[in-house]
Amino acid sequence: MLSKRSKEIIFNPFSKENPVLVQVLGICSTLAVTVSLEPAIVMSISVMAVLAFANVIISLMRNTIPTTIRIIVQLVVVAALVIMVQQFLLAFNYDVSKKLSVFIGLIITNCILMGRLEAFAMHNKPWPSFLDGIGNGLGYGMVLVVVGFFRELLGSGTLLGYQVIPQCVYDAGYMNNGLMILPPMALIVVACVIWVQHARDKELQEK
Amino acid sequence: MKPSFQEGGKFAKLQSVFDGFETFLFTPNTTSRSGAHIHDQNDMKRTMSTVILALLPCLLFGMYNVGYQHYLAIGEASAAWTSMFIYGFLAMLPVIVVSYGVGLGIEFVGAQIHHKEIQEGFLVTGMLIPLIVPINTPLWMTAVATAFAVVFAKEVFGGTGMNIFNVALITRAFLFFSYPSWMSGDKAFVKTDSIFGFGGGNVADGFSGATPLGQVATNAGESLGQLKDVVGGEITTMDAFWGFIAGSPGETSMVAILIGAVILLVTGIASWRVMLSVFAGGLAMAGIAHAFPSAAYPASFIDPFAQLCYGGFAFAAVFMATDPVTGARTKAGQYIFGFLIGVLAILIRVYNSGYPEGAMLAVLLMNAFAPLIDHLVVNRNIQRRLNRAKAK
Repeated sequence: MLSKRSKEIIFNPFSKENPVLVQVLGICSTLAVTVSLEPAIVMSISVMAVLAFANVIISLMRNTIPTTIRIIVQLVVVAALVIMVQQFLLAFNYDVSKKLSVFIGLIITNCILMGRLEAFAMHNKPWPSFLDGIGNGLGYGMVLVVVGFFRELLGSGTLLGYQVIPQCVYDAGYMNNGLMILPPMALIVVACVIWVQHARDKELQEK
Repeated sequence: MKPSFQEGGKFAKLQSVFDGFETFLFTPNTTSRSGAHIHDQNDMKRTMSTVILALLPCLLFGMYNVGYQHYLAIGEASAAWTSMFIYGFLAMLPVIVVSYGVGLGIEFVGAQIHHKEIQEGFLVTGMLIPLIVPINTPLWMTAVATAFAVVFAKEVFGGTGMNIFNVALITRAFLFFSYPSWMSGDKAFVKTDSIFGFGGGNVADGFSGATPLGQVATNAGESLGQLKDVVGGEITTMDAFWGFIAGSPGETSMVAILIGAVILLVTGIASWRVMLSVFAGGLAMAGIAHAFPSAAYPASFIDPFAQLCYGGFAFAAVFMATDPVTGARTKAGQYIFGFLIGVLAILIRVYNSGYPEGAMLAVLLMNAFAPLIDHLVVNRNIQRRLNRAKAK
């Protein structure tokens, strides 16, 4: 269905070129929205949507944009898409959009977006650009979901708001870890994910 | 026995474990053959053993005080001191076992994986942890925190001697932020239940397990109310000086800590510059706070000398700030480093109502600044010498 190149474009951001784990971009939002799983998922989908469509639009216009003002053009496109996502969330998922607060608006400053637009969409056709956007969005979202999963599970004992750790465990003396809710722990969980990934993938290890 | 542990032998995989035990507490008679090395009659193992020796007074008194507070709480303050000590010993033993078990376990496994020598840095850390963690903290929490600290504060930086932050304090900070309800307030510092049926009894009426600083933090009004022990009796600064107050096991007794300080200073292991300047900084800040007392910050009512006796200040000054690995190394830097720890500890204690005690946070914060202080001191020295060379 997909050609070999398309597959590479879409799956490379999962491991070898993961925007968060390997390129270390978008860390800010990774720390901010992963206190629980639900905002992490919504954030991933939002970023993926903005990234994919911004890539397509910029790719369509790539031959007409003067290089001197390309950053401004990219920003305008991203800003328009971000506002659409924001309004959509306000209309259909008000609670989560309140939890995400400024971070939806701040997608515009997410380095992953500018990075992909500059590095990929400016030089490629719309279809590969779209796939690239989806792939990087998934790569980013995957990290968010993993981090959000552990932080919500260990920090609040819930997943997607449902109690997962049974009451009898608490009765036996278990307690939720308050540090998991605080931002520093997000950094450490991301570090652990990077650790696991680099330990498994020999190519990523520094000599 | 040794050959089977060397390369190619039956137990080659356990080589570093064997090595670790073979040289435990004494120096091997082989010496390094190449490179530059500093020669000193003290190697790291002997340094560590001396620190442990310096910690013993705190440990023994801590055990006694845990028992004393317990018998006070159940209304049997006249119980024999031996039973108090035995109770405290039984209460602290599991914490010590857990701390060493988890920490050394991780170090052993790490050393095996990387085929390195086992480093003995955890000997001291493992003894510090039971002394600074409240006695009622559940053991599994201590285990999790120790594991966290050893892996994330030490091993990831490269092991003993490479860590940026004091590992024992990271353990405590992890507990402090993860499980705040076990780290401060009423139920953290005084053990009231019996151990193996030993020291049973009902808690006396009017029992409150709050530490003196905990009481100060919740003090209201234009002057400081009388500080009370666990059953409502009055306590004085002298009680705090000798250590008969509620608190983490190692930190209550100024006397025991000072004995430790003397051992560290006489053997030349700890820097007197750091120790002195921590106390100086604490006194200075406490003096300033005391000169402008305010009902909004009740800890400003405590007089400067008493500030040094309460809480973990003295323990942090003697055993935490003087850690040679995480502190400043230049002489001028040590004065600045220590002084700022003292100032910050009292600053946090008095002016941040969220934290009744600030010694832990002050030391950790200054740990982060130590390399910067050293860098500035070294650069200033270079500059001065350059100027002198130019002037000639």
